[in-house]
Amino acid sequence: MTMILDHVSHAYESGTAMQVMALDNISLVIPDGQFIGLIGHTGSGKSTLVQHLNGLLAPTSGNIYYDGRDIHDEDYPKKELRSKVGLVFQYPEHQLFEVDVFKDVCFGPKNLGLSQKEIELRAYEALKLVGIEDEYFYQSPFDLSGGQKRRVAIAGVLAMKPQVLILDEPTAGLDPKGRDEILKQIAALKAKTGITVILVSHSMEDVAEYVERLIVMNRGRVLYDDTPSAVFAHYEELEKIGLAAPQVTYVMNELAKAGFAVRTDVTTIEEACDEILRVVSSVPFE
Amino acid sequence: MMKAERLAFEYIRRDEEGNVEGITRAVDDVDFDIAKGEFIAILGHNGSGKSTLAKHMNAILYPTEGTIYVDGKNTADEQYLWDIRQNAGMVFQNPDNQIIGQIVEEDVGFGPENMGVPTKEIWERVNESLKAVGMYEYRKASPNKLSGGQKQRVSIAGVIAMHPQCIILDEPTAMLDPSGRKEVLRAVRALNDVEKITIILITHYMEEVIHADRVFVMDKGRIEMQGTPEEIFSEVERLKELRLDVPQVTLLAYELQKKGIPLPKGILTTEQLVREMTRLYG
Repeated sequence: MTMILDHVSHAYESGTAMQVMALDNISLVIPDGQFIGLIGHTGSGKSTLVQHLNGLLAPTSGNIYYDGRDIHDEDYPKKELRSKVGLVFQYPEHQLFEVDVFKDVCFGPKNLGLSQKEIELRAYEALKLVGIEDEYFYQSPFDLSGGQKRRVAIAGVLAMKPQVLILDEPTAGLDPKGRDEILKQIAALKAKTGITVILVSHSMEDVAEYVERLIVMNRGRVLYDDTPSAVFAHYEELEKIGLAAPQVTYVMNELAKAGFAVRTDVTTIEEACDEILRVVSSVPFE
Repeated sequence: MMKAERLAFEYIRRDEEGNVEGITRAVDDVDFDIAKGEFIAILGHNGSGKSTLAKHMNAILYPTEGTIYVDGKNTADEQYLWDIRQNAGMVFQNPDNQIIGQIVEEDVGFGPENMGVPTKEIWERVNESLKAVGMYEYRKASPNKLSGGQKQRVSIAGVIAMHPQCIILDEPTAMLDPSGRKEVLRAVRALNDVEKITIILITHYMEEVIHADRVFVMDKGRIEMQGTPEEIFSEVERLKELRLDVPQVTLLAYELQKKGIPLPKGILTTEQLVREMTRLYG
């Protein structure tokens, strides 16, 4: 289900002296099944963009098409859109409220008006997808660890069976192991279900490791839209707009400056390790 | 400056009827001695007891067992409460929860005003604090219009204005973008280097730890590892067991070592790695 943004702009406090162009003439095509990273400094328009994708905000000009239809047409079923494009907000565990984990995940599909059996099946499936074991199903969500709570909250969105899953900084505040667990789980879930995943992140290391396409926002515009290694090659420009490249990209660039014939478009530790070994294995020890 | 002796803290978990369900020992038998002007970083996975320990450092929580002294004063002794709170300032994760003023300078002045500092001196303190974190030019701005990193620096200025000897920062960068993280870290290091304020930094970002004098690694309420960043980060496998990580460059050096490149242990920065590689192959 392709999503198309056609010259989308969004102005806050439009028509006043305080007008801010949060989105400025954005055109993007988001085809089925991509794993996309979205980065940009605070206030670059990421969250505004994401809220347009499931119709929470409407563009002040331009159009958004989902599966060929304009989502802001009068007769477009908005409710259906919200279940197809699932949005997991920052710190989603703050939105947990039910007495047990299973009931919490049932809440979304229940609102879709499905049969009780279907609701429970979906909740079960969603919890399995995020790696929550049966033994936790009837515990209070508040007794879980930070990473587990977050996975339960993500399951709540997955139970709606979205075709597009948008996660706004899903790893903020988690310890390194918890970060890895969530991201691995999301990658596994993406591989299994083939849904489109859009990951909003402040961690360059994380996006470099997982996504296939990286969109960089700055001042409401799309500055780069390419593979992570192509985007991170612009690390100097990225720094100017408050971002950075993964630390290994800097290492490779510094090594190249020091005379090592290494490739510099490297964004993960594994790649860097292989590349350095390739270069030094041809140099004998002195 | 700060000293803990067999410090322990227990949470009592209760069910809906108020019956005791169990006891969690969040801090368990912790001893430390932090000298004036030290930069201490505390690492540990979620639920390892870092924040609970931090809350003992300015008498938000009191020990169940053992004692903690801040500047020689026992935190459990009520007569020292305000001295301790003023001496050991705390900065939390979310800047939006800590800012109350309508304009930046008003917010920074809130602390000293509550301490009964004379008006003229409040203004001096506000200005010097904002300068210390590089936010002086924003003194008339509304906090709502600032970025996350700027807001967090205003929070830090609000603490400095109380003239503490020690600042405890509990994941101050968790919600910030890369440049916001850099800004806050730079401000924190400057306070330590220039003003000689004792810093206790709790974080999940391993790269933020490399400038600390000492690192404490917590697990299950105890200080499991303790040492310089070089010492701590040379134990890659041990840290992974504790749900932690090492900076990317340290991990890269570690992987290269495993493949037979004779790099030294505990490489923390890009410059170190490039220097060592040049020494070996240049």
